[in-house]
Formats: sequence, C-alpha cells, structure tokens
Amino acid sequence: MADEHKDIDAVTGTATTGHDWDGIRELNTPLPRWWLWTFYITIVWAIGYWVVYPAWPLLTGSTEGVTAWHARSAVVTDLAELKTQRGPMMDKLSSAALSEIAGSPQLLDFARAQGRVAFADNCAPCHGAGGGGTKGYPNLNDDDWLWGGKLDDIVQTLRFGIRSGHDKARQGNMPPFAGVIKPNEISAVADFARSLSGLPPEKGADLALGKKVFADNCAVCHGPEGKGNRELGSPNLTDKIWLYGSDKATIEQGILNGRGGVMPNWEGRLSEPVIKALAVYVYTFGGGEK
Amino acid sequence: MANALAPQKQMTFGEGGLALTFAALAALCIVIAAKAYTPEYAFHAYLFTAASVAAVFAIINRYYDRPAERAPLTIDGKPNYNMGPVKFATVIAMFWGIAGFTVGLIIALQLAFPLLNFDLPWISFGRLRPLHTSAVIFAFGGNVLLATSFYVVQRTSRARLAGDLAPWFVVLGYNFFILIAGTGYLLGITQGKEYAEPEWYSDLWLTVVWVTYLLVFLATLWRRTEPHIYVANWFYLAFIVTIAVLHLGNNATVPVSIFSSKSYIVWSGVQDAMVQWWYGHNAVGFFLTAGFLAIMYYFIPKRAERPVYSYRLSIIHFWALIFLYIWAGPHHLHYTALPDWAQTLGMTFSIMLWMPSWGGMINGIMTLSGAWDKLRTDPVLRLMVVSVAFYGMSTFEGPMMSIKIVNSLSHYTDWTIGHVHSGALGWVAYISFGAIYCLVPWLWNRPLYSLKLVNWHFWVSTVGIVLYITAMWVSGILQGLMWRAYTSLGFLEYSFVETVEAMHPFYVIRALGGFLFLCGALIMVWNLWKTVNSAEKAETAGLALAPAE
Repeated sequence: MADEHKDIDAVTGTATTGHDWDGIRELNTPLPRWWLWTFYITIVWAIGYWVVYPAWPLLTGSTEGVTAWHARSAVVTDLAELKTQRGPMMDKLSSAALSEIAGSPQLLDFARAQGRVAFADNCAPCHGAGGGGTKGYPNLNDDDWLWGGKLDDIVQTLRFGIRSGHDKARQGNMPPFAGVIKPNEISAVADFARSLSGLPPEKGADLALGKKVFADNCAVCHGPEGKGNRELGSPNLTDKIWLYGSDKATIEQGILNGRGGVMPNWEGRLSEPVIKALAVYVYTFGGGEK
Repeated sequence: MANALAPQKQMTFGEGGLALTFAALAALCIVIAAKAYTPEYAFHAYLFTAASVAAVFAIINRYYDRPAERAPLTIDGKPNYNMGPVKFATVIAMFWGIAGFTVGLIIALQLAFPLLNFDLPWISFGRLRPLHTSAVIFAFGGNVLLATSFYVVQRTSRARLAGDLAPWFVVLGYNFFILIAGTGYLLGITQGKEYAEPEWYSDLWLTVVWVTYLLVFLATLWRRTEPHIYVANWFYLAFIVTIAVLHLGNNATVPVSIFSSKSYIVWSGVQDAMVQWWYGHNAVGFFLTAGFLAIMYYFIPKRAERPVYSYRLSIIHFWALIFLYIWAGPHHLHYTALPDWAQTLGMTFSIMLWMPSWGGMINGIMTLSGAWDKLRTDPVLRLMVVSVAFYGMSTFEGPMMSIKIVNSLSHYTDWTIGHVHSGALGWVAYISFGAIYCLVPWLWNRPLYSLKLVNWHFWVSTVGIVLYITAMWVSGILQGLMWRAYTSLGFLEYSFVETVEAMHPFYVIRALGGFLFLCGALIMVWNLWKTVNSAEKAETAGLALAPAE
C-alpha cells in the first residue's frame, strides 16, 4: 500500500499519505505503541469494573456486579457506623439531666462537640458563627439575657422559641406607640431611655417630659428604673447593651413601630439530645448563669 | 450592445423568500409584543421585530447593490472564497470574548467581595454567572468556531462557501441568538438548565440557525475539489451534528403560551438531570473539544509548516472520541439519585476516553517535529502548542475526577471550577487566540502588527491562568477536605460557613488571575486593531496563505 505513495517527509523520514490540503500534508506515522496499549488497558479495566459493580441496564433493573454494591446501602452502612461511634455517648446525653452534664468532663466535651455542629448549622445564620449576634439577634457571649441565662431557661427558649407560634413559646413584645403618644413625647422618651444607660442626651432634650412618659407607658414592662423584666423578655435599659442599636433614630423607630423579633422553636426539628447539647454549648459561651 | 447581452437582474428565490419570511416574522412578533404577559418578553419580541425588519431592508439593499450575476465559484481557475462572514465572525468573537472575560472578572470579584452585587437584581451573581459562561463558550467560542469552520472548509475543500445569503444568515442569526440569550439572563429569563439557560423561543431560533449552518457546511463539502475530506472537517462536522442533537434533546420544552417566555421541560426528575448532563458534558465534548480540535488540526500544521504527525492516529482517535464521549455525562451525577449502573457507565467511559483525547494532543504537539525551534521565535505557534498542552492536562484531570472516589472529594468544590478553566482558558481560549492571530493577517491581507505584543499577551495571560487554576485547586481540595473532616467524637469539624470563609484568599487570587487574562486579551485586541488598520499590505511572498479573494 505504501508503495503508491513515494512522498517521504525529509525531516522525519516518514511517508506521507500523499494528499495535500491547502498545503497541509499528513504523515503516515503508525499509532504510538504506548498510546495504544494504555488505551487497551483502560478498556480492560472498564470491563473489569463492570464485572464488579452494577453496570449495564436490563429490562427491569441492571447487572448487579459480583459485589452487589449499591450507593444506597453504602450510605446506610456509613450512617450506621457513625451511629455506633456516637451511640454510647449519645445515649448518656439523652438520659443525663442538664445539671449532670456539666459535672462530667467527658459528657461535657461530647455535648459541646455536638452543640458546636448543631449551632453552626442552625443558629449561626442569625447569631453569628461565634454567637456574637448582630442587630436584632442577641449576642450569646455576654451575661445579658432577655429571657434568662440558666440552663433551664436556655433549653426552654431553644425548645419552644420566642414568638415562634408554638403554644409554649415565650410571648410578650414591644407594642407600637405610633398614635398612642405624641411625636415630641416619643423624642423625649427616647432621650430619656438613652440617659438611663448614661448616654448623653441630645441638645435641648426634655428629660423631664421623657421621664413622665416613661413612667406612664414604659415602666409597666421595663420596670420603674428601666431594669427590664425577664418574665416578659423586656430588656434592661440601664446597661450598655442595645439589641437594635443605641442611636436615637433606632430607639424612636422601636417606640413608633414596636419590636418583636422571632426565634424559631427547635423542638420537632432537632432531636432532644441535640437541643440539650445546644443549651450546654450556648451556656458555656461564658454568660451562663447558675 | 453589451448591455443587451448582460443577463436581466432578477431577485433569486432565496432573496425573495427570505425577505418575505422575515416580513412575516416581523408581523408575528409585533402581535406577540403587544400581547406579551411580561414586559421582558415584550422587549424580546420587539428585538425580534426590529431584527426582522432590518433583515428585510438588508436583503433588498443588497439586491440593488449587487451585480446581476451571482458571485462566480472560481476566478481564473482558483476558488473564489467567500470570506465576508468569516471576517464578521472573527471580529465579533473578539468583542464577545472581551465582554465575557470582563463579566467573568466581575463575578470572580463578587465571590470574593459579595458587596459588589450592589443589591441590584440585574447584576447579581446568579444572573451574571450564566451571562459569563454563555458569553465565553457560545458567544466567543461559538463565533471562533463559525469563523474558522467557514474558513477551513473552504480552504481545505478548495471550494467557495455554499449559499449566497445562508452563510450570512448563520453568522448574523447566531449572534442575534446570543443577544436574546444574554439580555434574557439580565432580565431574569432562564429555564434554569446549566449551559442551556435560554428559553424556548431562543432555542427555536437557534435550531433554525444551526440547521442552516449544517446545510451550508455539508453543501460546501459536497462542492469540494479535493478527493478527500480533511480531518479538521470531520471534527467540525461531528461538532455541528452532535450539538444539534444535544440542543434538541435538552430543550424539549412546552411553552406556557406563545405570549409567555416561560416553558416546562418534558423530562422529569432524574431523567431530566440525566438529559441535562448528557447535554452538558457533550457540550464540553463536541463544542469545546471536537470543534477546537478541528481548529488545532488546521492551524497548527499550517503555522508550523509541518505535516500532521499521524493520519492513522487522527482516524482512530476521532472515532474513539466520538463514540466514547457521548456516554460520559453521568459522571456529573455521581452519588446522586441517578441509578448506580448509569454512574458506573459514566465513569468507565470517561476513563476509556483518556487515550482518545490524548490522541489529539499527540497529533498536535508531535506535528512540530522538525520545527521545535519555531516555538522560540513564533509566539503565535507557542500559544497554540501550550494550548494543546493544557488540553492534555485537562483531559487527564477530567477522567481522574470522574473516578468515584476522587469525585467524592472534588464534586461541588472549586476544583471543578479550576478544571473547567484550565480547559477553557488554557485550551479553548489559547487555540482560539492562536487561530485568530493567524486569521486576521490572512483575511485582511496585512502583516501582524507586532509579534512582541503577542509575546506579552502570552506571558501575561499564562501567569493569569496559572494563578487561576492553582488557586482553585488549593481552594477546591481544601474545601473538599473541610467538608468531610470529622472530629474524634464523630462530628463534622467545620460548618459550611467556616469553609466559605477559608475560600476567601483563593477567591482574591483567582480574581487577580482573571484580571491578568483579561489584560492579555486587551493587548490582543489592540494588536489586531493596529494590524487591520495598517496601510501596509502584506508582501505576498511572506503570505502564500492569502485567500484568493
């Protein structure tokens, strides 16, 4: 066959196919051996793989392969292994009372490890990865608690949520005062509220009026001295911690329109030991109360 | 007396028919625009109307301007090549390239600094991402394929491009599709299928354009005066035919109404996912691989002035590639609801695909035997050879990532993005740049303005690519390892948001890589601009390749 093509490429000494397209010729170099053999090996490997694993579709199913391996059963096995690994400690966590967990270093470590994962997946979107909070979402690291910082308080908040719609949710909200008190009164009481935590009042602020408005409208929940009330979740106004911000405009906005942030109820979404672990985890951020 | 002998000027059936068809389309689109359910769809209907009216005027104008006789197929025994559509596609490819690279840089920066979404829906990451992928793949890559295929099929068949209006319809119609698709993404019109986002009416339009493309290509081959069909044309043909089939299969939708942009796909659930990735993977296989291998098979031997390394290898690897590629799609759906057997086939066929892919690399690189010294002196050739090296690297990495155990680490991570870009920037873009650096001087019959600038382009963008892919490798593997890390107590070590935080430095490096790549492309545009606008004609001795036109 090669005889008819006398056209030999001078550089390589290889015959060309004799064709020429727009100045392009083609050498008749044989297939590189290593290329061909590697190709064969991949084919043999593929056939071997088909023998071992499910591979070819049949009318109602597929070839099973000699191992009868299935992705579905592999996942079940993996999850079962994980369960075995966590199982004994998980059982202890389930049965232990909240107060006992802190007493056992091993159980505490486990609860905090579980709590960390659950917090990152469920709580961090609002409260931040380290529980530092953001506007409208409380900082969980400090010792300022709206609804209480004991283990039992925290677990109740986690379980039923705040204004979550659950029957046992924590209730109570800051009502809107728009139309109830006059604009100049809102301005005055906002200045007064700021002064409670030692913030300087605006120029020309009528703190006397503010004090009166506060006593008439706010003291019922926030207390006569503005120290707050955990039964109602009404914040202490005398500390330097402000959930929505301490600038006057933000405070006025809160008075005008009210506030009522929601914390979802996690009972039913997270299992009991996970909720417990979360409570312990949040408790050990540093602000937990005895 | 001479006038009496000249044939009477008559409108051809094609001209008249096409003008009437466009007039009818304009009328239809006016009605649709008036009754459209949403202003976005109405806007598109108006665009269709405007384009149809413009087409009618263009056809009639062209008729008055043209000589009575149709362009001859040959002049003095030499083929009378039709390079107008090739020139158009070349220029617009560079335009879309710059646009696509720029949008890519923007979304890379958005990932590193989410603030840059500016809370504006039109420029949010979700809309710009398909704009980027479509602009670089279909607008830039597609126009490069149109330009080179129309060039190569003419030159290697020694025949004028078939059709009179048809080649123009293909290039203009294709770019109108790009316009509709791109503006649609920004306005929020999408069918939500990756790399196939345009809605039913854009798909329908593309089908008409694509079938015309196939007919023009086939008819030109039919007209060839060479005894055999050159290997580049096999690859082009495989690309055109398969893309048509994939496009139809993956866009089998039922529109809600002719007055609505919304449609529903006929496939459901896991079948839809399977069809989507059969399409998606073969868009890579036949658009970004077969099509660009065709470019490689013409432009590398031409530029190196050496024969193709192995004719036998080209046959074997062509058929092996075509046969094996079409099976590999399921490797995009490992560890999903896709049945195990389909995942097995996707993976094993991907492994068998390794050597057929490398056949192209061997033929590309080994064609330089006897011309290696040109790599030092000709940066255009260097661009193309490095592109083939990137092709070899990506087509090794791809089969490796399709192995389930590797995939369990790499899937859904930035490693995939790195892999895609080593193929897209290294292979597809570089072979395109090389081809365009060859084409523009040939088409405009001018010497290339500056080889030194090509050298700058090469180095700036190569540094960009290396930064890009290494950042994504590290980021992707880190991400995969973080996702699967367990503590000794059996809990996940990292939350998702912690893994996102860890990506930040790599996202910044990636954006820098993209910026350098864009800078390289801008240097290229400047170089080409100076080339086309130079007064100096290429001396024909140095450019034996000049087209006969």
